[in-house]
Amino acid sequence: MQYCTFHLGDLFLGVQVTRVQEVIRTQRTTPVPLASPVISGLMNLRGEIVTTIDLRRRLGLPDRAAGQDPMNVVIRAEDGVVSLLVDEIGDVIDALDDAFEPSPSTLRAATRDVIDGVYKLDGRLLLILDCDRVLDLPATLQESA
Amino acid sequence: MTSNADGFDGLDEVVGEFLVESHENLDRLDQELVDLEQHPEPATIASIFRTIHTIKGTSGFLGYSNLERVTHVGENLLSRLRDGKLSVTADITSALLAMVDAVRRILADIEHTGAEGPEPFDALVELLDRLKNAQPVPAPEPPAAEAEPSEEPRPIGEILVAEGKATVADVAEAIARQEAGDPRHVGELLVEKGTIEAREVAEALLAQQEQRTGGPSVSESSIRVDVGLLDNLMNLVGELVLARNQILQFTQSSGDAVLTGTSQRLNLITTELQEGVMKTRMQPIENVWNKFPRVVRDLSLACGKQIRIEMEGKDTELDKTIIEAIKDPLTHLVRNSVDHGIESPERRVELGKGREGVVRLRAYHEGGQVIIEISDDGAGMSAGRIRAKAVERDLISVEAAASMGQRELLNLIFLPGFSTAEKVSNISGRGVGMDVVKTNIEAIGGNIDVQTREGVGTTFKIKIPLTLAIIPALLVGSGGERYAIPQVSLLELVRLDRENASAIEHVHGTPVYRLRGRLLPLVFLDQVLRTRSAVEPAGEVDDEDGTVNIVVLQADGEPFGLVVSEISDTAEIVVKPLGRTLKGVRAFAGATIMGDGRVALILDALGLAEMAGVTGGARDHGLSDADAAEAAADRRTLLLFSLGDRRLALLLEMVARLEEFDPSIVERAGSQRVVQYRDEILPLVFLADELGFSTNRREGDPLRVVVYTAGGRSVGLVVDEIHDIVEQALDVQRHTAVHGLAGSAVVQGRVTDVLDIHGVLRRALAGLFAEAAA
Repeated sequence: MQYCTFHLGDLFLGVQVTRVQEVIRTQRTTPVPLASPVISGLMNLRGEIVTTIDLRRRLGLPDRAAGQDPMNVVIRAEDGVVSLLVDEIGDVIDALDDAFEPSPSTLRAATRDVIDGVYKLDGRLLLILDCDRVLDLPATLQESA
Repeated sequence: MTSNADGFDGLDEVVGEFLVESHENLDRLDQELVDLEQHPEPATIASIFRTIHTIKGTSGFLGYSNLERVTHVGENLLSRLRDGKLSVTADITSALLAMVDAVRRILADIEHTGAEGPEPFDALVELLDRLKNAQPVPAPEPPAAEAEPSEEPRPIGEILVAEGKATVADVAEAIARQEAGDPRHVGELLVEKGTIEAREVAEALLAQQEQRTGGPSVSESSIRVDVGLLDNLMNLVGELVLARNQILQFTQSSGDAVLTGTSQRLNLITTELQEGVMKTRMQPIENVWNKFPRVVRDLSLACGKQIRIEMEGKDTELDKTIIEAIKDPLTHLVRNSVDHGIESPERRVELGKGREGVVRLRAYHEGGQVIIEISDDGAGMSAGRIRAKAVERDLISVEAAASMGQRELLNLIFLPGFSTAEKVSNISGRGVGMDVVKTNIEAIGGNIDVQTREGVGTTFKIKIPLTLAIIPALLVGSGGERYAIPQVSLLELVRLDRENASAIEHVHGTPVYRLRGRLLPLVFLDQVLRTRSAVEPAGEVDDEDGTVNIVVLQADGEPFGLVVSEISDTAEIVVKPLGRTLKGVRAFAGATIMGDGRVALILDALGLAEMAGVTGGARDHGLSDADAAEAAADRRTLLLFSLGDRRLALLLEMVARLEEFDPSIVERAGSQRVVQYRDEILPLVFLADELGFSTNRREGDPLRVVVYTAGGRSVGLVVDEIHDIVEQALDVQRHTAVHGLAGSAVVQGRVTDVLDIHGVLRRALAGLFAEAAA
């Protein structure tokens, strides 16, 4: 299975390459008042309005330092495309199935929720993000309330 | 050619075309049959006959035997009507309408399953047959012979004589020669004789041909296009409009003359293209109205009333999606007029009106919108009865009802669960209805208004936009962002300069402005959107010149003023829906891309008004009855109080009493502070400490206490100040990390924290309850 990888703080994450439409640099976004703080805003992607989700906030990580521009990983979702804001883009990695393990139960709740499992790579671990659960905002927000 | 036509799910193309054509014909039939009953014109009979004949022929060809059988007996009956051997009666019309329904059912079966249903329609066939064989009723008027010739094409000779090309004698001579054995045509003989030229015969033949086929048919000058294709074109034009807007904006700043010229041309062409594509989706409102004569006829028969329907402006055009959306609301209103509006013939005579009531439909364009009026000359509605009914149904309080004006009272009929009809009938239902009519119309950006005079009649006036995809909007600024407001909800703009900015007054903490003598509730956009916290005093005031911009909006018939920091421009915007993750945010109706390529949110006037609580409570604008019921259930009575500068709310049903204690009577029981109260020990919970909020209460101030009772135990909650008791729909947004708060809601236009009292008590009194349990 191939994964598009990216960095988020100390985390090394990946999503299935088939779900990724494109990766683009920081775009101007329009904030949406009253929306969940996880939603960073709306951006114009060639005439299409795309909701951007701050993956740091989604995973309960501290906000990005000022001046550090995030990258957009545009993924295909049920009703159109959605963009995930990440710190830095990594390579596309071909991971072997026998290196896969379900996520450890001691993972932080906000993270475990959206992590499918872990690939044991040489010298580091690749956490696999479940795209659909990342977009499932209302339920997760209620839990944390 | 492929055998599958798109949209007909694998059905053969021929069958698909047959279905489309037949459905169109059947809609026309309904209308013609009702016409026929009132004015038995031979031309109408002939047209009905032809339609049924066509369906019969095709169904035979396609092998639909049931359909063929039903249409065959119908055709027989019609042919006797056409020949004047029978005259039209109500029975015959009803039977023919029943036949049309049967045909519709069979066609629906074919469309869904690809084959006819098993139902043989024996009773109907027998009925039609019996009617056909009935004794010829002596015709009240001579069968109209003058219409007959139009059935058969006129002989060529006759045409030539009528046009003055040949004389009767010439033609008679040619016919005589033909009868004598000449195999040539009359025309040929005349040309040979030199009476006329070959060209003239050709023209006459053409005329004869046209007569045979009924003139050039519509099908020759039009083509069928899949609606999906048109939708796609519409979307593309939407994109083009956006691109055009961007280029125009760019051009303005570039100052290049050639570019300016070209972009202006692009502008014009785009506008024309947009209009053209929009036109392709336009349909006359007649498509919906067509079925009303039948609805009115059937209903008035069922209620024993005499009702005539009049239509004006049938050819008024609307976007197809809008036509679809207004079909049900309009039908409901027409049914209402027939069932509840118009009185029985006897009652009408008593009142000095004609026995026959009239339902009038009127459609016309006005200022970029389409107005549809449905009026009747029936009993009208009594404001007094509406008031009484609304109070009886607990929809409003007696006090509220007493203070309402005529217009507000009338609008109560749009509340869920309202119906003034004394008896429930199976025709217009049980009071589920007007609220759905209203929500459906508002869902497409329209609004509905009612005018009535008791004893004279009622008129419903519906205003709807021409199209949904591209709408004119006003652009405003707030908190550094731009927002678009659809023009439909816009009433006017008010600008207060520095000297007049003080004209904003406060009623119990709610800002208002006197607009021409009436109090206009004000909603500060940045406050509702929480881009500015409620405690900051500045407001949407332009810092540079101290002006206040008020956009007066209409939500649900109630005007309110939206205060924004800037009013910039108007623009045509393309509405795009918000993604799933943002669906719950009611303040926004969608988003759009502006000329500079950035995204701007589209404000939903109704949503804003509801969030700020200016629409007067539990009025629901969701799309279903279930939503309405839910909203009614959400209407809660709240106790408002404050801690420091924060406003909080508590459900009043949880509150037993409000008390004020002298701080000197506070004692301690273990670690718990208590007071002696009605021979009991009342534990006190200092809410500010519990929630970690600041407090304005100083040592020695009297304690303001909300006494809360549950399960036989009482607790006193110490608060700073008690403000008010309000009743309203409570929409709690859960995104608070503070333990002891259920979330926050907008109450009286201000953001208010809603207390999670169980959470607070569980924590504050954990020790106490543990002690009690021990």
